[in-house]
Amino acid sequence: MKWLSDDKLNHLRNVVSEPDFGATKYTFVKELGRGGMGAVYLAEDRELDRLVAIKVLNTPETTEDLRNRMVREAQIIARLEHPGIVPVHDVGTLPDGRIYYAMKYVRGSRLDEYATQGASLRDRLRKFQAVCDAVAFAHAHGVIHRDLKPQNIMIGSFGEVLVLDWGVAKLLAGENMSYSSYTTYSHAADTSDGTVIGTQNYMSPEQARGEIDQLDERADVYSLGAVLQFLLNDQPKVSKGAQAVCAKAMSQTKESRYATASDLSADVGRLLDAEPVSAYRENAFERVSRWVSKNRFLVLLVLAYLLMRIFLIFTSRR
Amino acid sequence: MSKPLIGVILGAVLGVFDGLTAWFEPTVRNQLGGIVVGSTIKGIIAGVAIGFFAKKFHSLPIGILFGILVGAFLASLVAIMQGAHYLQIILPGAIVGLIVGFATQKYGAADKHGLVTDPR
Repeated sequence: MKWLSDDKLNHLRNVVSEPDFGATKYTFVKELGRGGMGAVYLAEDRELDRLVAIKVLNTPETTEDLRNRMVREAQIIARLEHPGIVPVHDVGTLPDGRIYYAMKYVRGSRLDEYATQGASLRDRLRKFQAVCDAVAFAHAHGVIHRDLKPQNIMIGSFGEVLVLDWGVAKLLAGENMSYSSYTTYSHAADTSDGTVIGTQNYMSPEQARGEIDQLDERADVYSLGAVLQFLLNDQPKVSKGAQAVCAKAMSQTKESRYATASDLSADVGRLLDAEPVSAYRENAFERVSRWVSKNRFLVLLVLAYLLMRIFLIFTSRR
Repeated sequence: MSKPLIGVILGAVLGVFDGLTAWFEPTVRNQLGGIVVGSTIKGIIAGVAIGFFAKKFHSLPIGILFGILVGAFLASLVAIMQGAHYLQIILPGAIVGLIVGFATQKYGAADKHGLVTDPR
């Protein structure tokens, strides 16, 4: 009897774990990653001749509850048509009963990888503002993400920003009844009071305590604050204004946070424009130094003019 | 704030300052009031012209060049009237024009239908 080598065994294991896309229009290319709920694969759409990312449940025995969550995730994302939210192309079931959904394949790097590539503070803030805008759009449509973190944010090859993984998203109460199907899933999914969903270090205190009923847009605002903190961590010179924006977004009580992601985005915009932020009250000295720093060239011109004037006064006296 | 208004304010402030420096010249110190008024009016005229130019043409280098030319031209008229102190009058006037040209291109509400010659 001939024994199989480790390489061959590993190959067989991989082949067995690969999803069977035979009955679909997709061809398996490679695995991109695995998360708590499913694995994401790169596949080729044979009909449209393009690459797509396909999320499939990674557990062979799929419960009804998990299936509902997968479908719900796909429906939620499909409903959020925004350049900052990864679009869903298709939802279906594999021959083994597992549910999959095909999304746009985003080429680029995750925000945590992007941050290590030497991006400037301005670039980081601009990307972060784009994340805030995408999240604000979702909030406006009654959806909170609940798992915002650098690993769930992609920066595309052309600088586009996409928020991924809406697997634990929640619909806010009082949402339009035309979305009743989501509400049904929302109740069916494992998001009952006491269940902790999210990622440590990025989830709000109320989310960490499992107070699901208390969650609203401000839980995402907290997570956004934590993402901003992550982006500022390795920066040598962070203004008090930027620190205050982080601190306000990450307040322990949700009442003290920004009311919306748009408010947070607006303050980040003010940071970018070197204007005063709502989270920090400057003293007169800080106000003047910020103005001088913002208008450095004009100040230099006026100083040059004054120096020239003094020079002319003294030369004309001789 | 509109660009012409920025031009007027900056032109007037620098004009006042420019006029006040005449105090350091003992030969004209007794005419200080007239010099300050004249210098302020010159600054305002330059500010209006440069501000309106900035409203119509959105280009930092061209705006600065226009500012220098307007400032130098108005200062030359003053210098010719005085018949002396050419450098002391024309050089500061040109630099005031440069500053106003820069400021009006950089700040203030632009004319939506203005000609953009520099996309920056």
